[in-house]
Amino acid sequence: MAGDTRQRTARHPGRHSGRPSADLSGFREVQRLSYECAEAVAAQLRPGVTEREAARMQREWLRDRGVRDWFHLPFAWFGDRTAFANFRIPLQFFPTNRRLEPGMPFILDMAPVYKGFSADIGYSGSLGLNPVQDRLMSDLQAHRRLILEQVRERRSLREIYEDVERLMNRQGYANRHRAYPFGVIAHKIDRVKERRWSPTAFGFGTQSLKGLASDALHGHREGWSPLWSPYHFSDHPPQPGLWAVEPHLGFRGTGAKFEEILVVTDSRDPEESAFWLDDDLPHVRRWAEEEKAA
Amino acid sequence: MSGVSGAGAADLPGAREQWVRTGGIELCVVELGERGRPTVLLVHGYPDSKEVWTEVAERLATRFHVVLYDVRGHGRSTAPQPLRGGFTLEKLTDDFLAVADAVSPDRPVHLVGHDWGSVQGWEFATVGRTEGRIASFTSMSGPSLDHFGHWIKKRMSRPTPRAAAQLLGQATKSWYVYMLHTPVLPELAWRGPLGKRWPKMLQRVEKVPAGSYPTASLPSDAAHGAWLYRDNVRPRLRRPRSDAFAHVPVQLITPTGDAFLSERLYDGLERWAPDLLRRTLPAKHWIPRTRPDQLASWIAEFVTAREEPAARAPRQKAPAKYADRFGGQLVLVTGAASGIGRATAFAFAEAGARVVAVDRDAEGAARTADMARLVGASEAWAECVDVSDEQAMEKLAAKVAAEHGIVDVLVNNAGIGLSGAFLDTTAEDWKKVLDVNLWGVIHGCRIFGKQMAERGQGGHIVNTASAAAYLPSRTLPAYSTSKAAVLMLSECLRAELASKSIGVSAICPGIVNTNITATSRFAGVDEAEEKRRQERSSRLYGLRNFPPEKVADAILRAVVRNEAVVPVTPESKGALWMSRFAPRALRRIARVEPKL
Repeated sequence: MAGDTRQRTARHPGRHSGRPSADLSGFREVQRLSYECAEAVAAQLRPGVTEREAARMQREWLRDRGVRDWFHLPFAWFGDRTAFANFRIPLQFFPTNRRLEPGMPFILDMAPVYKGFSADIGYSGSLGLNPVQDRLMSDLQAHRRLILEQVRERRSLREIYEDVERLMNRQGYANRHRAYPFGVIAHKIDRVKERRWSPTAFGFGTQSLKGLASDALHGHREGWSPLWSPYHFSDHPPQPGLWAVEPHLGFRGTGAKFEEILVVTDSRDPEESAFWLDDDLPHVRRWAEEEKAA
Repeated sequence: MSGVSGAGAADLPGAREQWVRTGGIELCVVELGERGRPTVLLVHGYPDSKEVWTEVAERLATRFHVVLYDVRGHGRSTAPQPLRGGFTLEKLTDDFLAVADAVSPDRPVHLVGHDWGSVQGWEFATVGRTEGRIASFTSMSGPSLDHFGHWIKKRMSRPTPRAAAQLLGQATKSWYVYMLHTPVLPELAWRGPLGKRWPKMLQRVEKVPAGSYPTASLPSDAAHGAWLYRDNVRPRLRRPRSDAFAHVPVQLITPTGDAFLSERLYDGLERWAPDLLRRTLPAKHWIPRTRPDQLASWIAEFVTAREEPAARAPRQKAPAKYADRFGGQLVLVTGAASGIGRATAFAFAEAGARVVAVDRDAEGAARTADMARLVGASEAWAECVDVSDEQAMEKLAAKVAAEHGIVDVLVNNAGIGLSGAFLDTTAEDWKKVLDVNLWGVIHGCRIFGKQMAERGQGGHIVNTASAAAYLPSRTLPAYSTSKAAVLMLSECLRAELASKSIGVSAICPGIVNTNITATSRFAGVDEAEEKRRQERSSRLYGLRNFPPEKVADAILRAVVRNEAVVPVTPESKGALWMSRFAPRALRRIARVEPKL
């Protein structure tokens, strides 16, 4: 029972007391842990490491720190796979034996569940210098701002999606999150019950999938969807809860993304109605440094 | 004789002449440019004299110390006595070393060879005794006889159908080599009727511009030069050296229209020349006469990169597709702030071209230029111009020519959409769409095409038409009309400019995910409805999701292959097929009004 009440407050944070700060700090903790993992693994990447090895490194790093369940198992994409070049079927998302070379861009993407809280993060980097990906990362800042602004304005998710895509086009990039299942730019995440046995199916944790499916069912009845897509079913204002937002830019064989949790509440105060869970993340720090340098 | 050379020297203002004695003969050597600069040594081919290089030498002289010499028995250099055995590659290597020592005793020279000059160059670049005397080698239209020998042997020993076809192809192209091996007859022909007619033949067949080249010494050059073949071809092809590895960086420039040498000759050349940079040029054999601008810029770039290793761009793992063809070329794209134009600018940039991005949207064009530099364009500029404004286009052309040179590839891509029934379309709407879609293309072709034709060194024009050009519909009468006009304009222009080696291609993309739908005008509906239709069509185009990058690839391919009409998406290809074979079905479909 206790688990049930916790789950409800997480799904509707702010319904009772503004923000259930204990809950949010749980999510924040797992998101930080994930980014730490990404930075640790990225620092260990060397020429010749394969995507599979990079994925295993993430998995083992998190497992050592107590992660037992996953929203999805870690992914790693190298080279033009960061831009999902020639992806036709979802199986192509899974790590391959492609080897990392100097100057190659890479993306690490993982979604662990820790103490019942899940996060979903994406970390972009390159082995050595890659000016193109550098530029992509800098240009992602505008997307983070745009998304927050428009969510606070309570615009329809589909319209926000289209505005993000327009911004990408203006910047000269291709929208690569369109390649994700259902073309989503974001999806809801939630608390997950901790079980002794937590199997995965096609890389996704069954517990988390169950949560998503039940959200989808509720949403279907109430006219919203836990998937933030370009399609009709996302033509509704932002639903309170936690959204893992992942704008993904592609530019001629180079891709870059960030992924982090956006908290949406039903507060009337715009500041409170939506905010990024954590502003102390690698990409945010990077932009701050860039601004300082400029 | 002296009269001839006087005319030759007059072609090159500031030329300094000297004589180099070696092995009992005297070589006529000419120098241009400052001595302290890197030395570029140009070696001519057969049947030529150093004057074949005048156009290229002039262009290089502003930046380098340029040296030309008449190969023994050619031009004003004396011929060995007896002729037989006097033209072996060993002796020619002696000549080269003597010239190099005379003009640049302390520094290695950058060697450039055309035709037999390149055959010699390969010998110089692969024998041990020249090591340290050559800094780089640029080869055009002249393979190493040793590599050629191995090339033949490899194909003879394993005559697969492909190998046999390659052998046969080159064997046919080498007909003149057999002729030159007959005794006396070639000499008689060259000193007689052939020598007299040769300049006209070059102009007619090889499109070499008329002028002071070939010089009056041609008959004796050609007669003596026959011994180049007789002294070297048979021995080298029979027993090719097995150690003919280039000890210098090599730039290989291959003209794709060469009547005498197959492109396949250079397959696998990386084995012999590990540091190899490939370039291809749509031209015939005599590129030093027909493409001096391009050659001078490639030679200058290659030499500079070897002289200043620090300035050398970090070498990519695999050079981009078509980098051999577009590296360093000047490409102008209109409508480059978004969609197909922007993707095209990026694709050319990736291939190493210099890009001018033109658009009404200054900010977007600037962004394109900025990103183009990031993906590999050596230089990129943005220009804010409305293509329908003739004066502005004239100004743009003058500015580009003055600041960056003559455009090599022009992509007339700017276009706007207009949908709506004919009876709803106002005269104003018509004017707008024709101004951009048709007049924009006309201005571009007329102004930039004229510059290209006047330069006389080839080029290519790409016009973005549309599948709507051959696909009738009741919803796009004005747009289709404008694009049909562009298609026909391209076809006519292609016929006209073919004689000037300027190719013209019309691209018919089809339904491509760009912002043209979001900015299209919908005639006959109010503003709210127009907005709704824009959004709706954008969504549909987004669902189709055919990326503009694929159209850009098709554009580069069309330029490389000089294709006339290029449908891109499957629906565009299907529509073209139907317009030919099932036009009545297309007319039926045209009557359907799609719901938006």
